[in-house]
Parts: sequence; C-alpha cells; structure tokens
Amino acid sequence: MTSVTDHEPARPKKILFYRHSFAVRLTHWLNVLCLSFLLMSGLQIFNAHPDLYWGQYGADADHSFISIGAVSDGDTIKGITRVGSISIPTTGVLGASTVDGELTPRAFPSWTTIPSYQDLASGRRWHFFFAWFFVINGFVYLLYGLIAGHFRRDIVPTKDQLTPQHLAHEIGEHARLRFPKGEEARRYNSLQKLTYMAVIFILLPLMVLTGLTMSPGFNSIFPWLLDVFGGRQSARTIHFITASLLVAFVVVHLVMVLVSGVWNNLRSMITGYYGLTVDTDKEAAK
Amino acid sequence: MKFELTRRRFLIGSSVAATGLLTGCDALVENASVNDILQKAEALTMGSQRLLQAHEPLAREFTEADLSPTFKANGTQMPDSEDYARLMEGSFADWRLVVNGMVRTPLSLSLADLKAMPSRTQITRHDCVEGWSAIGKWTGVPLGLVLQKAGLAPGARYAVFYCADEYEKSLDGSGQYYESIDLVDAYHPQTILSYSMNGKDLEVAHGAPLRLRVERQLGYKHAKYLMRIELVDSFKGVWGGKGGFWEDRGYEWYAGI
Repeated sequence: MTSVTDHEPARPKKILFYRHSFAVRLTHWLNVLCLSFLLMSGLQIFNAHPDLYWGQYGADADHSFISIGAVSDGDTIKGITRVGSISIPTTGVLGASTVDGELTPRAFPSWTTIPSYQDLASGRRWHFFFAWFFVINGFVYLLYGLIAGHFRRDIVPTKDQLTPQHLAHEIGEHARLRFPKGEEARRYNSLQKLTYMAVIFILLPLMVLTGLTMSPGFNSIFPWLLDVFGGRQSARTIHFITASLLVAFVVVHLVMVLVSGVWNNLRSMITGYYGLTVDTDKEAAK
Repeated sequence: MKFELTRRRFLIGSSVAATGLLTGCDALVENASVNDILQKAEALTMGSQRLLQAHEPLAREFTEADLSPTFKANGTQMPDSEDYARLMEGSFADWRLVVNGMVRTPLSLSLADLKAMPSRTQITRHDCVEGWSAIGKWTGVPLGLVLQKAGLAPGARYAVFYCADEYEKSLDGSGQYYESIDLVDAYHPQTILSYSMNGKDLEVAHGAPLRLRVERQLGYKHAKYLMRIELVDSFKGVWGGKGGFWEDRGYEWYAGI
C-alpha cells in the first residue's frame, strides 16, 4: 500500500523524561496534605467570627469589610454574604446551610470545615499543627529550590519566554486550551512559570506572614509586621483573601492537569517521568 | 453488566463519599492519639515564641486615638452569685484579693490597697480567640509587685487566678472561671491587675473590680472578676487540670497565637 523510501521519514517517537525530582514530588504532596487541612481548619476558625475588618481593631460594633451571616426571613433564615456595600444572597452555601437536615446559621457549610460541626478549639489545634508542618515542608522546598537550581532551571522564565510576542502567543494558546507539544513541553510555559512564582514567592509566604501577624505573642517579637499589613485585623483580612486566591489557583491548576493529560501529569508527579512526543530526526540531530 | 453513571447515581455516590469523608475527619478529630500528636504543635509554638521573646519585648502600645469606640464585653458580663451581688452593692469596699499558696506571706488586699501601690497604664489590643480585636486603656498594679510583696516560696511555678463568675452552670462548681500563667508572664512588665479601663473604674461587664491583663496572649487568659491568686508548682489538681476554664474545654494553655 505505501511505498518504502530510502530515507525513513521523521517519525514521532514517544519518550519519557525525568521531569520532577524526588524532593519536588515529596514536598508537593505534603503541601497538598497541609493546604487541605489548613483550609478546612481555617474555615472552622473563620466561622467563629465570620466578619473581616480593616485596621488595628475590629469587633461586633465596628464596620466590617466582608461579612458572611444569616438574617431571619419569616419562619426561616437567609444566608447573606456582604463585601463592602454589596450584599449577595447565598442561602444553602454561605451564611446559612443545612446541618442535620435543618437550615442553620453557619458561615461556611459543614462539608468545608474540620471538624464538620462547630468546634473552634479543634479547628485551632489542626490549623497550628499543619501550619508548622507546612512551614517546615516549605523551607525544605525553598532550600532545595535554591541549592539544587530547581528555581533557576525550572521556575524562573527564560528571556525568550518573556518577550511580548511570546507571552501574547501563549495567552492565545491557553485560551484555546492548546498546550506546548514536543520539545517545548520539556519546560514549563511562561504563564505556568509566572503563576508558580506568584504562588511560591508571594501567596504562600503571605499566608505565613499574615498568619503570624495575628499572633499576639509574635506581635511583641516582630511588631513591624503590624505596620506592614496595617494592623492585626487587616492581616486577618489579607490572610482570608490570600487563602481565597490559593483556592482559585488550585482550581485552575487542577483544570489544567485534567485538560493537558491527566495520567501523564499524575505519573510525572508520582514517579517523576513525563511522557512527550519528539521527532526522531531532531533527536538524532542532537 | 455495564454500569452507567447516571446523574442520580453520581449524586448518591458523591454524597455517600462526602459523608464518609466527613465522618472520617470527625472521627480523626475525636481520636485521642491523633490529638496527642496534634497537641505537640503547642509546645513548638510556645518554645519558639519564648526563645524569640528572650529579650522580654513588650506588646505594642497604642495611643488614645486608636481606642475602639466600643470595647466588646465577652464571656460573663454579670456574675450570677449572691456573694458577688453583695460586693457590688457595697462598691466592692468589702472585696479582697487573696494571694496565697506557695508564698511566704499570704495577702488579703482591698481595692484601696491595690490602688495605693505603683500603677502602670497601657493602651493595648485585646485579641479574642474567635478572631476579633478591641483596643482599650488599662490601669493597674503590675502583678510582679504583688508577687514581690507576698514573696514566692521555692518551687512556685504558676499563678492560678480564681474568679467570681461561674461561666458554665454546674453542680460541682467545675464551671467556675479560672486561669493560670507561668512566672515568665507573671513578671512581664505589662502583666497587670487592672482596676481601671479607659480612665474609669472597671465596669462589671469587663470584670469589676479587678481583672488580669496578660498582653501577649489571647483574651481568655485575661481572667475577670479576680478573687484569689494561688501560687502553685502544678495546676494539675485544679478543676480539669489543664490550667483554665477554656483549657479544660480543649483550648491551648499557651495562648500566644
């Protein structure tokens, strides 16, 4: 049927290459564990006082900036989420949700908190344990990233990735859910690198620093953190907003993992090996 | 047989899975050995904060302009006992602060005695474990001076504060509010026995006639309605044995975070 030529045409070949080192894989999964428990116990803690303020102080009589509460509505209740002066009805999820078959005032619903019922003391115990775990794991990762060249090699975008044309091209490709193939897939694309940098060097450190700024003991040690964040209650608000941004990152991250080859991505984060298709002649020319 | 994932099956399946996960998490929360492990973090937090506080830094002090317009009153707002009502009616003239336990000279101090001692005024932030904060101005006697007056016996390690209020009604009195701090916090310059708030006599809702201020820890450590301070080598024998009303109900003894 097909004619055989003297020269073998460039045939795409599937190869596996070692993408993620053991340190990256281990710290990644420990981070998944820590952030999951930190989020769920954090929402439990938030539920004890579901109002966020700006400044040094803030309590019931003070104006809150974000509030998740319940108001009575005839025989029943309504969940209301307020940001600034905008109020949104959120019955069923935020402000009022079902507990034991009954609509109950509750900022975040029971399926998002650990434990599922209201228990601030347990929420704090889990939060601080996993906060320590997260910080230690984070330090191991940062040290590894610096010493082993992981940041320089894999995370910081190269010059050619930062040209406006390249960035515009990547944004267009991402919008169509088309991802780099072949040799280009050996490295992270620039949007990916910039996002990871924002998470590693901005959002996660911000979580730790705003968290520490809420500690009265820590305030006496590093009082300047209160000035950096504009007060304990501002720090609490920034802690909440940053956590929300991290949740948004995780959602996008998971969608990207799904649409860009879920098994290949999972294998690479478990075994380290990422599969890609390369042209054999290019391979030979190397 | 081919299994079809219908919407109905999916919903049933995911709600079963979610319920399973939730009960799983709750079971972990209630597991004693899990709690033992998680509680190790408290020692790590206290150890690292104490290490970094070796130079005895102060909690931030604010100015009059920073005072909360309304300082939220929390916990007991009016102790429900005949003894307290009688003291209150007499403007606390008959009230005495007892200092005993492992001391050389047990004391019984009236409000006038305390007010005659050197005082300290500080505008500080009060942080509730729930998450809110309020700034108030407090005047009182440094606890260190009272302890100096009593003279500690060798081996004394903690000050236990007994309060007039029963925060949880109980038959055996185990709902009585109490707190404890160690000597590092007891001798900290900002740890005061406060009889005045925002320039006025301490109101009943805020712990009249005397409350503790221990500025580098959370609100529940700041015991109100003080009646007695006992110096002990261990608080294991007091009520639930964890060193405080909320500690007996699962909260950390070291509330610096």
